[in-house]
Amino acid sequence: MELKAAGTAGTLESSDVMVTLEPTNDGKIDLTLESSVINQYGRQIKATVLESLERLGVKSAKVIVNDHGALDCTIKARVECAFYRGCQCDMDGKFDWGGVIR
Amino acid sequence: MKNAVGREIPAEALAVELKNGRKYEPYQGKGYRDGKYIKKAGPTTKIYENPQESKILPSIRDAVIACGIKDGMTVSFHHHFRNGDYIVNMVMKEIVDLGIKDITIAASSLGDAHDPIAEYIEKGIVTGIQTSGIRGKMGDVVSHGKLKTPAILRSHGGRVRAIEEGDVHIDVAFIGAPTSDEYGNARALGGKGDCGVLSYAVPDSEYADKVVVITDTLVPYPNFPPSIHGVNVDYVVKVDEIGNPKKIASAAARMTQNPRDLMMAENTAKVIAACPWFKDGFSFQTGAGGPSLAVNRFLEPLMDAKGIKMAWAIGGITAAICELQRKGKVGKIIDVQDFDTGAIEDIRTNPNHFEMTASEYANPANKGAFVNKLDFVVLAALEVDTDFNVNVITGSDGVLRGAPGGHPDTAEGAKCCVIVTPLTRGRMATICEHVVTVTTPGDCVDVVVTDYGTAVNPRRKDIIEALDAAGIKHVPIKQLQEKAYSLVGKPDDLQFKDKVVAILEARDGTILDVVKEIKPFEF
Repeated sequence: MELKAAGTAGTLESSDVMVTLEPTNDGKIDLTLESSVINQYGRQIKATVLESLERLGVKSAKVIVNDHGALDCTIKARVECAFYRGCQCDMDGKFDWGGVIR
Repeated sequence: MKNAVGREIPAEALAVELKNGRKYEPYQGKGYRDGKYIKKAGPTTKIYENPQESKILPSIRDAVIACGIKDGMTVSFHHHFRNGDYIVNMVMKEIVDLGIKDITIAASSLGDAHDPIAEYIEKGIVTGIQTSGIRGKMGDVVSHGKLKTPAILRSHGGRVRAIEEGDVHIDVAFIGAPTSDEYGNARALGGKGDCGVLSYAVPDSEYADKVVVITDTLVPYPNFPPSIHGVNVDYVVKVDEIGNPKKIASAAARMTQNPRDLMMAENTAKVIAACPWFKDGFSFQTGAGGPSLAVNRFLEPLMDAKGIKMAWAIGGITAAICELQRKGKVGKIIDVQDFDTGAIEDIRTNPNHFEMTASEYANPANKGAFVNKLDFVVLAALEVDTDFNVNVITGSDGVLRGAPGGHPDTAEGAKCCVIVTPLTRGRMATICEHVVTVTTPGDCVDVVVTDYGTAVNPRRKDIIEALDAAGIKHVPIKQLQEKAYSLVGKPDDLQFKDKVVAILEARDGTILDVVKEIKPFEF
């Protein structure tokens, strides 16, 4: 599975996070992170996003994270959803539940 | 030097000069100054022996000039007009336009309505802020180290003590009033923007060298009974509007329908009912926040079941407590501030609803304020730590955005102080290991009620016994903190620079904590 286009998931509501992934070719993860709780949780949000991307096998992407205090489980879910939307995969297709999707 | 709540108080803060030469000490624990003496400071006031018909001046500018405001002076304001206030901005504009600088603002509180002051701070015209509340742009610029001297933040009672003791000397007090006569007898009722009471302005009227009453409604002399007495007033100015009436008095806060708030309120009421002070003739104060306000509703059936009545309620008054009194369940309401139109309407007509001064309410240095006889107070918090210290001033980003208000005063005075707060707010853990800033010391906080359980301060063995006897479950506060961190993760410590931007005074005038300049976040 590979990013083909920009994929976005999430909202700007309180306790949610909006994640956008765009494919790039430079082999880098270019992360832009904004968060209402950046002072206390910025480091953890960054780690959660990077871990999720690694698990999904994303190695080259522009990643925009706009967080409004989402919990780690929400952040993971939004990154995964943005990824599969960016992959333009068949919505009825097989998803790796319990594998890379946790 | 570490103080009694374990906070490091830098020498820079302890060296801050007070007007009377008193030296700052670190907080020593509650009751430290009990039984000691103070010499009250007195203002230098002008003699008006010759009869005069009127004290009215044509404009605020004329009053600023007549008062002889000069560089380096301290001017004061009250916060009864809340977010509808026009007075602070109108007066400061005239002072600034006259080219006067190095001004200290000593207000009972400041809020979002005062954003223009931030610019005067950045320009170095306002160099000192002494207040309870600091929010909005002003909180932001002060947190970024733009104010020349550290802001001094006090509780409502602590402010009266500081004025009476002379820690702060007010050169000119500007008192906005809904009505006044030509001699400065001022009331909070009968005008275009009524605020109910003028309690917080009373010490200013008694201890400032010069006092100016600003009103938009002149009434015939004598405007009695006055909140601010004309004998303390030098000048009266009539303006078009003292504030926005809609923001001065908001409609009654609707009782919360949030099930989490209601559950916490119900549990709080049960804790109160289990305490030995819950008997006929008890006294009570609660805030206007969602869960605190809802406690009124759950307390009523418990009072009925026991066949008891409340003797008196104090504090910021809301329609909810007035309603309870109308049902014959509260003897007297003693009012220091009105939070809604219901409370203002009530004090207009109800003979058992009285105005008190800020000193009578909460001053720790007089001979016994109302808070000293209070049985129960229910309060909110931004954060509570495992030592029961409470923060109500700094947000999770370390920026100033709150007010100690009467929190530390009522917490120390009341026999039982209950903090009601959800365990988490979004991703923020309300119950944490260390609060960002201590605004009410843990030795004054007795019970914490959250949506995940109740904790009692181990110092209060009597309350623990009472809850056990009533079968009310409680847990160690550490357990609540661990639960919170398991939900949201352990927060990183905030990053600050070294500069002290604000001093948090305990109500006795020692230093409870300091706030340092915020450092932009770096990974």
